[in-house]
Amino acid sequence: MKFSKLGIIAILAVVGTYVRAIFFTPFDALQGPAQKILYVHAPSAWVGLYLAFGLVFITSILYLWLKDPKLDRVASSSAEVGFVFTSVVLVTGPLWAKPVWGAYWTWDARLTLTLFLWFIYAGYLILRGAIDDFEMRARFSAVIGILGALLVPFIHLSVYFFRTMHPMPVLLKPSAPSMPREMLITLVSSFLALTLLFAWLLRERYLLAVDRDAATEAGS
Amino acid sequence: MVHRTPGVLASALAITRKDLLIEFRSRSVILSAVAFAVLAITIFFFAWDPTAVASVDLAPGVLWVIFTFSGLLGLHRSFGVEQPTRAIDALLAAPVGREAIYLGKLLANLGFVIVVQAISLPAVALLYNVPIGGYVLPLIGIVLLASVGLVAVGTLFSSMVVSTRLAELLLPLLALPFFVPVILPAAQATARLMNGRPVAEVSGYVSILGAFDVVFLVVCTLLYPYTLDQ
Repeated sequence: MKFSKLGIIAILAVVGTYVRAIFFTPFDALQGPAQKILYVHAPSAWVGLYLAFGLVFITSILYLWLKDPKLDRVASSSAEVGFVFTSVVLVTGPLWAKPVWGAYWTWDARLTLTLFLWFIYAGYLILRGAIDDFEMRARFSAVIGILGALLVPFIHLSVYFFRTMHPMPVLLKPSAPSMPREMLITLVSSFLALTLLFAWLLRERYLLAVDRDAATEAGS
Repeated sequence: MVHRTPGVLASALAITRKDLLIEFRSRSVILSAVAFAVLAITIFFFAWDPTAVASVDLAPGVLWVIFTFSGLLGLHRSFGVEQPTRAIDALLAAPVGREAIYLGKLLANLGFVIVVQAISLPAVALLYNVPIGGYVLPLIGIVLLASVGLVAVGTLFSSMVVSTRLAELLLPLLALPFFVPVILPAAQATARLMNGRPVAEVSGYVSILGAFDVVFLVVCTLLYPYTLDQ
């Protein structure tokens, strides 16, 4: 397999970050080694829930407006890659929660929201698989992409009534980050590394979509 | 003689009337939905240990699970009924706006859901021995508000899935995540009322339901033209 420049940079960044996270970042005083899941969990949540889902929303609106097939390819690629990152969040979260909270899952606002976003991604991808016509597939999935994003504040509001156990963000918050310097550097670099990884995977998935559409067109 | 195109509401109501008339004459889906609702009520009763869980704690959950799934039964019929003979093409060729078609279908689905609820709500109250007399009006209000939200997104998805390969299977998959922010506050509010809490305590839930209805009614009406098989 041939790697693009972006791919090589992304892989190096990911390897570098996690070598640092495992060997050169101190343990948390209370949680011990379990806390190191943070460096996978938090950046995956940023990429899957905010970056990828936001991109699906914006490109979906633009698709319905401009009807440019490129926008649909970006939206579907972003949904597919975002689905993988959200799955990582949903797997690493319970692994971290078990030793620290004592249970794999709680019906907490953030957990519930993440789970339902994952369901919406899944529905989006299954819908795409169930339609053959390119134009119709793009249009229908754009509708889901828009409705899904509008649903987020409502799920958030309705689960707000539950008690929350999940800690608040340490990085993406208005006040200064609350964390020792060594950990903070690792966390910031994990955000950058996974964002690069997302950009690379998105690009590869986009190119695959271009090839697939070309093949379908040549076949018909 | 001057011909006037009927307004959006008049056209919508004509479509609602057509849909309800078809359903009333065949009675195929509504009867199965009602039978499903009553069967589910009995199954749920035996799924829990009645000595451990009081039926008043069970009733709100049972009620909303039944509303959700019996609603899904009816939603697929909404555009599915147009599909075999491509009757939707005639509807689209008629001089009515797309939003009138969507609203007409939505009102018919709302009618369908209300019939099922009008039977299952008293059935749950009776069989689970929950006296709802003291707060029946606020409860009906919550049920109606929630139904509008469920039907608004459900109608849009019904229009989409009929032209896909997975049709019936895809509808619950797409619609259920969207039902969560409706079912959750509605079930919580129902539980409060059934436990004898004052009506004022559920106002927060009611405003979420109201906001959902407004946002999704507007957005789904705008998005409906994009869900047609052009």
